[in-house]
Amino acid sequence: MSGKERLAIFPSRGAQMLMKARLKGAQKGHSLLKKKADALQMRFRQILGKIIETKTLMGEVMKEAAFSLAEAKFTTGSGFNDNILQNVEKAKFKIRTKKDNVAGVTLPVFESYQDGGDTYEFTGLARGGQQFAKLKKNYHKAVVLLVELASLQTSFVTLDEVIKITNRRVNAIEHVIIPRIERTLAYIVSELDELEREEFYRLKKIQDKKRIARKKTEDAKAALQKSGVVLEQPTNLLDEQDKDLLF
Amino acid sequence: MAIHAARGKLVSVIGDEDTCVGFLLGGIGETNRERKTNFLVVEKNTSVSEIEETFKNFVKRDDIDIILINQNIAEMIRHVIDNHTQPIPAVLEIPSKDHPYDPSKDSILRRAKGMFSADDLK
Repeated sequence: MSGKERLAIFPSRGAQMLMKARLKGAQKGHSLLKKKADALQMRFRQILGKIIETKTLMGEVMKEAAFSLAEAKFTTGSGFNDNILQNVEKAKFKIRTKKDNVAGVTLPVFESYQDGGDTYEFTGLARGGQQFAKLKKNYHKAVVLLVELASLQTSFVTLDEVIKITNRRVNAIEHVIIPRIERTLAYIVSELDELEREEFYRLKKIQDKKRIARKKTEDAKAALQKSGVVLEQPTNLLDEQDKDLLF
Repeated sequence: MAIHAARGKLVSVIGDEDTCVGFLLGGIGETNRERKTNFLVVEKNTSVSEIEETFKNFVKRDDIDIILINQNIAEMIRHVIDNHTQPIPAVLEIPSKDHPYDPSKDSILRRAKGMFSADDLK
């Protein structure tokens, strides 16, 4: 139980002000983080929906692509697999990475682009050219879709991570930091009250002592007067010889 | 490598022969200066450790941003794929010709499980 836990700080007015400011800061931070978590969560849901949609679409596109490969094989008769696997040079299809920003989180977005010419320009020149064109087109479509899916998936993974971190922070502030500051504040207030009571008591005590002392001297004076001793004459205004007086 | 990285990243494939051929025709294949290709054709006699090694190499290469892998092959090296949690390179599981796509096996969708019911995945 962390009930007794509080910040180690000397209870004073200054510390109280400091704690109040910190509490305010923590509350502000909490609400901001909460907002961020909500924004991320919203985006996360969107992406998840899109991923599932794209994955389903991918199944169909891949089926179509595989079918067109079989078609091409059938038309050309002989296997062309080795020819293609061996003649790999430069990639025509490449990806660029862009950055997308959601509530301060950068998400990588892949973007495909064409670079250079077709390596397999002459494949199927003898037979099945049309099938090859279709095959290439289909697989190109598949790759574009997969790149899209990849960026969604990357965003998904990144967001998942960030959401976890943000939620952890929100919870930490809500359940650890704010209660601790509140406990510290309560402690400071109680200590200050205690000090105030002590101070009050001390003042009262001093007043008492002073009163007793005054009474004592008065009593002594009265006793002297009663016994006939004139202690002091009140100054007479009339026979006053004041040298300092100017007029 | 650095110049590569600035110019654009590659897509790599680990899959059976037909899948590789198809994507190569799609124009993603590249052979670099060390004569290393960015794809791996998995045949009947390809060992699991070889697939694992290739996958790890692809992850390490900084010119590869996306790794496509047939789901049945992904099953073989599931522990390696599950260990790969970085966003880049993105690992995508794709259906192969003779293995239909099973969403419940996908590493990513398994992580998403619980947010969506099984009906949504079909």
